[in-house]
Amino acid sequence: MVLKELTSLRGVSGNEDAVRNYILEKVKPLADEVRVDRMGNVIATKKARLESTGKHVMLSGHMDEVGLIILGANDNGLLSFRPVGGIDPRVVVSKRVLVGDDEVPGVIGAKAIHLQSAAERQTVLQFDQLYIDIGAKDKASAERLVSPGDYVVFDSDWVEFGDGMVKCRALDDRVGCNCMISILEGEYPCDVTCAFTVQEETGCRGAHTAAWGLEIDCAFALEGTTANDIGMAKGYREQVVRVGDGVAVSVMDGGSIANRDLYRRMCELAEEKGIAWQSKCYVAGATDMSRVQRHNGAKATCVLSVPCRYIHSASNVCCFSDIDAQYQLVEAFLAAGGTF
Amino acid sequence: MKDTLKILCTAYGPTGNEYNVAEIIKGMVAPYVDEMKMDAMGNLITVKKGQEGGKKIMLAAHMDHIGFVVTDIDDKGFARVHNVGGIRKANSLYRRVVFENGVSGILAAENGDDANDRDMTKLFVDLGAANKEEAEKMIRRGDFAVYAPEFTELSNNLVAGTAMDDRAGCAIQIETLKRLGETKNEIVAVFTVQEEVGLRGATAAAFDVAPDMGIALDVTLCGDTPKGPKIAVKAGEGIAVKILDNSLICHPGVVKAMEEAAERAGAKYQREVLTAGGTDAGAIQRSRGGIPSGVLSIPCRYVHSPNEVVSLNDMEDGVKLLVELLKA
Repeated sequence: MVLKELTSLRGVSGNEDAVRNYILEKVKPLADEVRVDRMGNVIATKKARLESTGKHVMLSGHMDEVGLIILGANDNGLLSFRPVGGIDPRVVVSKRVLVGDDEVPGVIGAKAIHLQSAAERQTVLQFDQLYIDIGAKDKASAERLVSPGDYVVFDSDWVEFGDGMVKCRALDDRVGCNCMISILEGEYPCDVTCAFTVQEETGCRGAHTAAWGLEIDCAFALEGTTANDIGMAKGYREQVVRVGDGVAVSVMDGGSIANRDLYRRMCELAEEKGIAWQSKCYVAGATDMSRVQRHNGAKATCVLSVPCRYIHSASNVCCFSDIDAQYQLVEAFLAAGGTF
Repeated sequence: MKDTLKILCTAYGPTGNEYNVAEIIKGMVAPYVDEMKMDAMGNLITVKKGQEGGKKIMLAAHMDHIGFVVTDIDDKGFARVHNVGGIRKANSLYRRVVFENGVSGILAAENGDDANDRDMTKLFVDLGAANKEEAEKMIRRGDFAVYAPEFTELSNNLVAGTAMDDRAGCAIQIETLKRLGETKNEIVAVFTVQEEVGLRGATAAAFDVAPDMGIALDVTLCGDTPKGPKIAVKAGEGIAVKILDNSLICHPGVVKAMEEAAERAGAKYQREVLTAGGTDAGAIQRSRGGIPSGVLSIPCRYVHSPNEVVSLNDMEDGVKLLVELLKA
């Protein structure tokens, strides 16, 4: 399965090579033109195969994932690190990690509960108080295995469980990459360009250049987005979106407001085709559209997301039916020629 | 200009949904411009052609108005909202808000909510609906609301109303196009979108227009009210020539040209140093390889409230200054 393979690859922001190489191999036979720009974005264009409406639709999904980066080894052989992208320090303690290209196994440890004072138990350990333990006995031993600047991913396997759910790391946003690869397998009455972008998690940096020089009529970010349908959260106001309720069509987030006509078109299309969908109105976060919409002139944009629980942690949880709904909605839009 | 301003200030046009305002402005400026187009974000770009050897000058006034987006409709039929743009709760509570389809509601807060913090999760709009089903017949999640329209004439040619920020800038831009006549310079007057969420429309428009100079028309704070903001700008003391704000330091050449134009035109002006906020000029300045930019500001009391107060005299000075500047 392409998605499973994609999530097995390491791709912390700035270090997307493995994901990029895999994607290049997949899309080269499918697209008419495939290039890698100087930021490292993969930009694959497939021309209309059927009688064309003359439209050109851009899709954007990011290859990178949140992770950690090594600052260096301490005298006791433990590694200091910092996050790459937005990670809550509360979610990293006791997690297994893989360090560097050699995938050196490690674990993030903390002082045992027995030894903590009452005050310490109330405090969140910050990144500068946490270490990665790779079992090295001292600094020299650690430095034989890892170097400052090595990227670190969560060691989190693919688990299918429950009612059509999957748990893995990096589902944000390998679901978007997976969707675009599937899209490129199809034939449409319009041109479609898929941008597999870099460095989204550090501020939508890849997308800043990905749309450069493209003459497009509209663009979509294909994302994994925050589902907070957990605990005591009630209503969309707190839940944001719900896993299993379909593809999320965003009205606005912290980075862009959907083009009104494009948003309406996607909602109506989902209704018409019987594709499960939900609107997302929570004003926080940003996607590649915050760049594509306005950095090389005005573009009509919209964000289509797969709801994802525990996003930006070792264990992203998504529902296969939502992953399918995202694809179905994009496919339906392209099959209709990309008009709105 | 007062009539124009009244029409604009009372028109529905929240950030991200400015189409209604754009349609009104299209009708107003059509006789005075050579070209008009709307880009993919909704910016209304109007062009008044110049002559051989002239420069391309971009004007920008934003059409959008701060507002609210519906994030949820609860079981009892109350609409939960989030702010769109910089909204102060204390300015908004128990105000009437309106949706695009004319539905009205009262913006209220849960008991115990602190009106001075920035947490919007305890706000709701009371539509009078008996339950969720009834509310959903009136509005949907994702719909936008703005403060219900207000427009009142005070004394001394001061006017109070909704959306003076920045329909007052739009009105100056429209009036300038009317009075300008033939110019050597090509004037691209852009009525921008989504300024209130980060100068987004102007970012896109400046790239497409690629001007030689950029001028934004926007409101600024006044320091002339009891314990008002600390700024040496007064309503009724003339149009303000911006020196800097948080989004840009105005090009000294543009500032000088504005002040000289004011002297020539006999327009009253004051200098403005704003240590907060931003304007479209901040986005224009850093577009492409850099564009010399400046701002003419309309002194405005109670910015981002349902009754923003400006002086029609200051706006008139703004038009005089701008016409003179663009002709040169």
